[in-house]
Amino acid sequence: MKYRFSRKQLAIPYALFLLVFVAAPLVVIVYYALTGSDGTPTADNFIRFFSDPNTLGTLLYSLILALVTTCVCLLIAYPVAYALAFSRLKASSVLVMLFIMPMWINFTLRLTALKEILTLIEGNLAFHPFLNSVIGMTYDFLPFMILPIYNQLERLDKSLLEAAKDLGAGDAQSFIKVTLPLSMPGVVSGIAMVFLPAMTNYVVLDMLYNSTYIMGSLIGSYFAAYDWHGGSMISLILLALICIFTLLTKSDEGQKTRGGSLV
Amino acid sequence: MKKRGFLLLILGVALLLIYLPILILAVYSFTDATSIGFSGSFSLQNYITLFTTPELSDMIWGTVILAFAVAAISTLLGTCGAIGAFYSRKRAQALISVVNQVPVVNADVVTGFSVCILLVAVFGMSKDTFFPLVAGQVTLCAPFVFLSVLPKLSQMDPSIYEAALDLGASPAYALRKVVIPQIMPGILSGFAMAITLSLDDYFVATYTKPATFDTISTYVVNATRGSQTSIKTALWALSTIIFLIVLLIAVIGNVSKKGERKAGEED
Repeated sequence: MKYRFSRKQLAIPYALFLLVFVAAPLVVIVYYALTGSDGTPTADNFIRFFSDPNTLGTLLYSLILALVTTCVCLLIAYPVAYALAFSRLKASSVLVMLFIMPMWINFTLRLTALKEILTLIEGNLAFHPFLNSVIGMTYDFLPFMILPIYNQLERLDKSLLEAAKDLGAGDAQSFIKVTLPLSMPGVVSGIAMVFLPAMTNYVVLDMLYNSTYIMGSLIGSYFAAYDWHGGSMISLILLALICIFTLLTKSDEGQKTRGGSLV
Repeated sequence: MKKRGFLLLILGVALLLIYLPILILAVYSFTDATSIGFSGSFSLQNYITLFTTPELSDMIWGTVILAFAVAAISTLLGTCGAIGAFYSRKRAQALISVVNQVPVVNADVVTGFSVCILLVAVFGMSKDTFFPLVAGQVTLCAPFVFLSVLPKLSQMDPSIYEAALDLGASPAYALRKVVIPQIMPGILSGFAMAITLSLDDYFVATYTKPATFDTISTYVVNATRGSQTSIKTALWALSTIIFLIVLLIAVIGNVSKKGERKAGEED
């Protein structure tokens, strides 16, 4: 039989690629997380993690750091996104671009700049490790929070606000009853975009001389010690958190913003 | 009117906070000062060091070449994947989309570690081949290309492709001449995203790169753990150059967008 080209066949290389580099590594991680160094199945890796005050402390510290960072990002990003969407400037597309541009600059170089400024202000970075980490992460992740909220507010049907006004609502009331609820999907994707990196991006802490571990640093230290089982165990815990998060938020709005896309 | 002034103030302050560190660093990159806050006189030494130190220029070119290679492979894979998935049965498309979502929502640290453990620990591959690094970054980038191309396919009018077949074009020819041009904006923005992600990546690179090779991210992180002052200040120059390139791209993008809009209005 003669070979016939069909468009479906184009999916085969990508499907194989996903199988080898996405699905297979996950299987390997589950396998390593659930076996000991002698290869026998065991739950010891997890028991060690959840019974050691040090690693539990790391989990708690990551959660608190991520929570504070997410709140600070939200408190800054919401007014900015609101101003971008409602200031009715002619140059608003340029302004949006200005808020996206930092994503295109390498984050380690941006952190270098921030580090120099913080050193100038504080003298010694070691005095305020937690504060510096929150500032660093906010500086790094802020665009991920601004963009989804802005996109949501931009799409908001402005006639609803006029209707609220006609029906006698004041500015504050129409914001609380109309704008805020309708912008929630953007807020939720923003939170999803910031919370997880804030638990894992240990480079921010390293560069700002905060020696406390977060979940990401644990993978780094297991990796440095060639402890594949420990590293896999942490990865699996993080994957579980990601699953819960994805199911809770169920939105794919924010993810596109990661590549600095304007669409 | 008062409200609008307040909104503009918010935008102004936010932009100032975002750009102040980069701009201050840019000013100091043109001096011989070794720390911000110290006075120094005008000097181009940082830029000379940046371009004449082999270690630094190797690292910059390495990062750029890697980013283009990774983006090219990711774009090819992701675009073909999106076209194939779009015309496959719904169940196959849903399956590919779900797996595609994993690297997108996953923490980079986990993506990098998982690719490393598969290739290095299970298959015993050497990182010096660059294969783990390229494969790892493609794993990070290709799903974004896929996500950027797929919506363009559903926006397309399917009857044009059918018309091409009726007029005697082979499926491959019609794909090249009809489908690809229509989804080009999605392919290009996917390519740009892949470049950005690869240039910005630290975690995948650090787990999969050869020991002797550095990307900008891994180099800068190592440099902050104590290195010569001349290297530290040369990185200020690098930050300034990257900022200017990004600014230039943004300006060009904005001007060409305006041109398109004008051309559209004249039609």
